[in-house]
Amino acid sequence: MQNFSITSPSNLPAAAAAGQNSDTAFIAGGTDMMQLLKNNVITPSKLIDLEKLSLSEIKSENGVLRLGAMATMADVAAHPVVRQNWPAISRALLLSASPQVRNMGTMGGNLLQRTRCLYFRDTGFACNKRAPGSGCPAIPGDSRDLAILGTSPHCIATHPSDLPVALMALDAELELLTPEGTTRRMSLSKFYRLPGTTPHIESNLEAGQIITAVILADQAIGRLSTYLKVRDRTSFAFALVSAAVALDIEDGLIKNARVALGGVGTMPWRVHQVELALCGQKPSDRVFELATLRIGEGAQTTEMNAFKVKLAQRTVVRALQAISA
Amino acid sequence: MSLPDTTRRTILGTVATLAALPTVSRADISEPDAVSGGLGLQNVTLQVNGQQFRVTLEPRVSLLDVLRETIGLTGTKKGCDHGACGACTVHVDGRRIVSCLTLAARCKSKKIVTIEGLSNGGDLHPVQAAFLHHDGFQCGYCTPGQIMSAVALIQEGHASSADEIREWMSGNICRCGAYPNIVAAVQDASGNVTEGG
Repeated sequence: MQNFSITSPSNLPAAAAAGQNSDTAFIAGGTDMMQLLKNNVITPSKLIDLEKLSLSEIKSENGVLRLGAMATMADVAAHPVVRQNWPAISRALLLSASPQVRNMGTMGGNLLQRTRCLYFRDTGFACNKRAPGSGCPAIPGDSRDLAILGTSPHCIATHPSDLPVALMALDAELELLTPEGTTRRMSLSKFYRLPGTTPHIESNLEAGQIITAVILADQAIGRLSTYLKVRDRTSFAFALVSAAVALDIEDGLIKNARVALGGVGTMPWRVHQVELALCGQKPSDRVFELATLRIGEGAQTTEMNAFKVKLAQRTVVRALQAISA
Repeated sequence: MSLPDTTRRTILGTVATLAALPTVSRADISEPDAVSGGLGLQNVTLQVNGQQFRVTLEPRVSLLDVLRETIGLTGTKKGCDHGACGACTVHVDGRRIVSCLTLAARCKSKKIVTIEGLSNGGDLHPVQAAFLHHDGFQCGYCTPGQIMSAVALIQEGHASSADEIREWMSGNICRCGAYPNIVAAVQDASGNVTEGG
């Protein structure tokens, strides 16, 4: 690990101003960043600690939930309002990482967690995400854990986090602070970028911008929601495939449906075509199975990860069964 | 099965008791006047097990390395150094965290408790005693992390069943595979279930 300096600004404008330099990185919980630093995947000369900025509040007011960007995964998962009104978020967090890591990891940090692609994490390999233009050995290489949706010939790295999958399904918004000191909102659906020819640019967050909060406004769709994660071992592993689902059922018919996938996309992946196929239907295994057949549309698979199409279909069916039973 | 008197458990019990004796105070173990800036060295006062330690460190140093290499508290173990094994688990401000992914420079004015801080004088913490009683280890390398995690887990209220314990201990890996005995020890120490549960 290269050495760096670390500063702890006590107010947001100072932090945002300090974060504009390209050799500077913000540090929140630090669980992913420390790994990236230790492996020399990132080599900032200066870290800006966000801990003293009072961004860890979890507030529920008038049906709107505001999760401070520095709220820990453990605190959000355990929050009674989150558990009651947005169970998919609580589940996604509880199925993430380990209890120790959840005590450290934060909302903002988890949204910006970098891919677990082994080629990205090992500087001995080429990687278009880490070293633009150097190539992608993952596509012809060990691609079992990598993405099948949103890929490009330059990158098939999977987005690793669970939380944004649930947030994507529930139409979360982000509150951002710009270096100029203005606050703006951005829909999470507009936040992530597909790799295309620039896999090193993963979000629309600009230099110096700080995520200050995650906002959830729509309670109606959140209550009947869950998150299901399939992984290689029972606990403490990244998703092979995961699904966040939510249903609004009225008079026995699905009025509104939300389905998002983790472990399969280069970003958390909302599947609108499945949602449309569910709307207006009476919940049943047959309806779920038919609707989820559309999950494979547009998938680019390798020999090693083609299994994810069927696994994703079955994961969504199982999650829908769980909340409609 | 009843075991003969001189067992591995007895021997380990003696060793653990010796290890738990109060250590000498090490209030000031590095030059207090080392400069900030320059090579990037920082003076940081860490509160570990109720004692103040004034250390000089580079900002990149992990809490784990400072505990072991600078302060000399080697009970906390380095396994993977990437947050995946839990051997380095300590408590910071009452919560269990992995010290390998924690920058020591960010721990100023926080209360840190390591395995050495659990026992009260010569008396083992109940979770330490339960690990001895249930043989909750073989090689012992993961044990300090397992115990720190278990103490926190019980305080969190996550010890209501064996399944819950297994899930909430999942951040601590034991490559010897002492899991059944670890679960038994945690259950016993939590007061929820007794032996054989």
